[in-house]
Amino acid sequence: MSFYSATAQLLAILLAVLGAPLLTGWVNQCRAWLQNKSAPPLLLPYRTLHKLFWKESVIAENASPLFRFAPYVVFGAMVLACSIVPTVSTDLPLASAADAIALVGVFALARAFIALAAMDIGTAFGTLGARREMLIGFLAEPALLMVLFTAAFLTQSTSLANIVETIGTQEFAIYPSLAFAGVAFSMVALAENSRVPIDNPATHLELTMIHEAMILEYSGRHLALLEWAASLKLFAYSCIGLAIFFPWGIAYVHEPVGMLLAVPVLVGKLAIGGAALALIETLSAKMRIFRVPEFLAGAFLLAVIGILVHFLLGA
Amino acid sequence: MEAHALTGPSAWLAIDWMLAAIVSWLAIGTVGVVRPHNFYVVARVLFPLGAVVGVLLAAAALVALHSGPETAVLPIGLPGLPFHLRLDALSAFFLLLLGATSTGISAFAAGYFRKGEGTPPGLLCLLYHLFLASMAMVILADDAYAFMVMWELMALSSFFLVTANHVIPEIRRAGYLYLLIAHIGALAILLCFGVLQANTGDYTFANMRLQQLSPFWASVAFLLAFAGFGAKAGIVPLHIWLPEAHPAAPSPVSALMSGVMLKTAIYGLLRVSFDILPTPLWWWGVLALAVGLATALFGVVFAAIQTDMKRLLAYSSIENIGLLIVGIGLALLFTAYGMAPMAALALTAVLYHALNHAFFKSLLFLGTGAVLHATGERNLGKLGGLLRFMPWVGWLALVGALAAAGLPPLNGFVSEWLLLQSFLFTLGLKSTFVNNLVPVVAAGVALVAALGGYVMVKFFGVIFLGQPREPRLASSHDAATRERIGLVWLAAGCVLLGLFPVQVIALLDPVTRALVADGIGPQVLSNGWLFLAPVAPERASYSPLLFLLLLTACFALAFVLVRKLYHGRLRRAAPWDCGFPLLNARMQDTAEGFGQPIRQVFEPFFRIERHLPTPFDVAPSYRLVASDHFWHWMYLPIARISEATSRIVGLLQQGRISTYLMYSFVTLLVMLVLVFR
Repeated sequence: MSFYSATAQLLAILLAVLGAPLLTGWVNQCRAWLQNKSAPPLLLPYRTLHKLFWKESVIAENASPLFRFAPYVVFGAMVLACSIVPTVSTDLPLASAADAIALVGVFALARAFIALAAMDIGTAFGTLGARREMLIGFLAEPALLMVLFTAAFLTQSTSLANIVETIGTQEFAIYPSLAFAGVAFSMVALAENSRVPIDNPATHLELTMIHEAMILEYSGRHLALLEWAASLKLFAYSCIGLAIFFPWGIAYVHEPVGMLLAVPVLVGKLAIGGAALALIETLSAKMRIFRVPEFLAGAFLLAVIGILVHFLLGA
Repeated sequence: MEAHALTGPSAWLAIDWMLAAIVSWLAIGTVGVVRPHNFYVVARVLFPLGAVVGVLLAAAALVALHSGPETAVLPIGLPGLPFHLRLDALSAFFLLLLGATSTGISAFAAGYFRKGEGTPPGLLCLLYHLFLASMAMVILADDAYAFMVMWELMALSSFFLVTANHVIPEIRRAGYLYLLIAHIGALAILLCFGVLQANTGDYTFANMRLQQLSPFWASVAFLLAFAGFGAKAGIVPLHIWLPEAHPAAPSPVSALMSGVMLKTAIYGLLRVSFDILPTPLWWWGVLALAVGLATALFGVVFAAIQTDMKRLLAYSSIENIGLLIVGIGLALLFTAYGMAPMAALALTAVLYHALNHAFFKSLLFLGTGAVLHATGERNLGKLGGLLRFMPWVGWLALVGALAAAGLPPLNGFVSEWLLLQSFLFTLGLKSTFVNNLVPVVAAGVALVAALGGYVMVKFFGVIFLGQPREPRLASSHDAATRERIGLVWLAAGCVLLGLFPVQVIALLDPVTRALVADGIGPQVLSNGWLFLAPVAPERASYSPLLFLLLLTACFALAFVLVRKLYHGRLRRAAPWDCGFPLLNARMQDTAEGFGQPIRQVFEPFFRIERHLPTPFDVAPSYRLVASDHFWHWMYLPIARISEATSRIVGLLQQGRISTYLMYSFVTLLVMLVLVFR
């Protein structure tokens, strides 16, 4: 591992961990503007985290150790996910520890732990949230895997760094298979990050919430870690999407200077992506929970069609 | 090839150690049956000894994996028909699986079997060890005669184990169903061997390998083997015995049946289709892919709606068998198209998953056994919150559940990862049809894997988390020492198999070389022990150890930093639950509730009978039965037809000797007319 790649890896992790709440803040701000509300400050997520970390953690009397350590596992999994997704450079030494399939595994691990923690107290809302989260997960996970498979079939590699390098260095072409995969990916990303057509991150209306229902029993530092992990997840998903569908601007292995340039490019891309997310959230209405499987099955089928298109057209 | 049969101990080969282990198991069983009611000897001496023998068998198998094939001839059986035995890499691998898994199960069984539950402990000890020995012999057998005798012995000993608690009518019924399907399968296997020996009259596998079957007869043999071994493995539609028999058996036996016995069927299928039969035809692979995927999907969807914890695990076994069959189908396809390196990758995934499933499913079945003993309850709707009262069982079952859910860095993920990787190589297949089919199957496998996660979250969450759904659960006791040893052994297997895939794949290399003449071992080893890269590091790599280290580092860093920068204060209070004060255990999701989304999404899979209360009911009740379409579409019609036929045939039976003499006389007359015509 050279000095350069170590720097790149460290930069990627720091950028993700420190920058993720900013992305959440930006999306919230954009959404407020689009909905004619006065926007919260951009740095509000940081203040919330700070406040929560200061607060005392109150947990239920019957909470098991699993409930206490699940937030750390979820947070760790999300940091791990962010550290293997190429954000500013493809020269990530840690990326060889987990490829795209393992990345899906990381998300699944986090999901399993948060669902188990939600069931731990034995409240009605906790189990309701866990059940719904697993319902979303079992369709979103294969759909995400199929999106990544499309890219893997195109580039003959499941390593995200190689996917970025191959797609990014090829002559610019619009792949029909990637178009299908792109639509599928956006649908999965909305569902996985509990965004509006599926879930509402701003609601505490009991019967409609999913993610919020699972973390209802958490407070203080545990809640802070989970909120931070949610921001990291949004960041990771955005970066996966950018890496596969808009890989330009990410520094390659032998470009130390490119890395410096890659940071503003990434910030720009994330700003546009976050604004687009806010737009989607503003334009769509939340679905009934039993429309969600149809929505996600649609995403899954689109992703599979993407692969078939690749096989049929060879592109 | 070395021929060898029990000469002096100075020259003992691995196969002799195997036979010694098998004989020791039989001896242990015999000692048990001498004093069938002496519970102390059985629990304290015999089962632990059986566990030690398991270690011996596994050690011998490890040695045999890398040495060449060894053969032996046992002079038992009919005159002129001795048992031919052969220990090659494939059998060594499955013996390793058997030995390593049975060690944990036997250690657990030492603490599990109790006095006064059905069959006396000594007899159970005999049947249990007979079951183990017959499975080992099935794997060692090198002729159809020995194979079938041992196959039947395996079926019978496990039948008696399933019906250990035979006072319960459902258990007798489950045992009957099991025996019936096992024999239909055995008939198919017998016919398959009949085809394979190609009229030479020599039933040794060595002779069968030499026969050049025409494509038609080779396909017939394959189909018979697929049906026969499939009936044992539980492929759709021959799976119906599995969710009945596995839960009915005592938990260590369920663990053996799910973890090991199903693998003997996988062994048989591999033996016949890759070793004995000539080069496979492409459509065998397509058939296996389709049936495997159907089995996996069927199994996991049914597992998600179960309310009985052992039935849930049995359906999850069907799912895993389906995944194994999918892998075998892929390997068959690659072999048919002459792509040996890819076939080796797919087969490695199959073997790895077989080993993983043996460990995690045994662990989970034993976990349910401990829960069953502590609470007397198999119904998920009456469990809950057991992690607090049974921490050993709970935390070890969590390892098993996460492994079964295919989550990194445990073992279930590695084999699923390998399987998905082998799907990514299908681009080079020559047929367009197959080329388009394979990604669809890959999508199905991904769906099954994700649903597997759902099932395992339900399994663990409903049993071990939440509030106890019954007040008496609060007095449940944790597993005792011997049970803990068994559970820890299996959980350690799940962790180690997950963390050191490179070393495991190096062990599997001789097996794939023997079957498809290629292996991924050297390629994997060339990338160092830390990174698993089955083809090339730039193509795909995974390092579970690094993965775990990273996760632990993030965990630890977050833990320490939060305490350094802020504080670690914690207060316990009543659950918040949006301020609702009257929370009780009935408000949690039941197992039914947790499975409800799956029931709704996959409604066509089930035959649902629903009884809803009306507003005017005095005692309103809600009842829902989700059953299997195959019962109603396939088994019940067959049963009705065979019953009707036997009723017609039964008309002949008058019960009077004169009538029967009359039949003989008429038959004789007809014969005479036919002969002298």
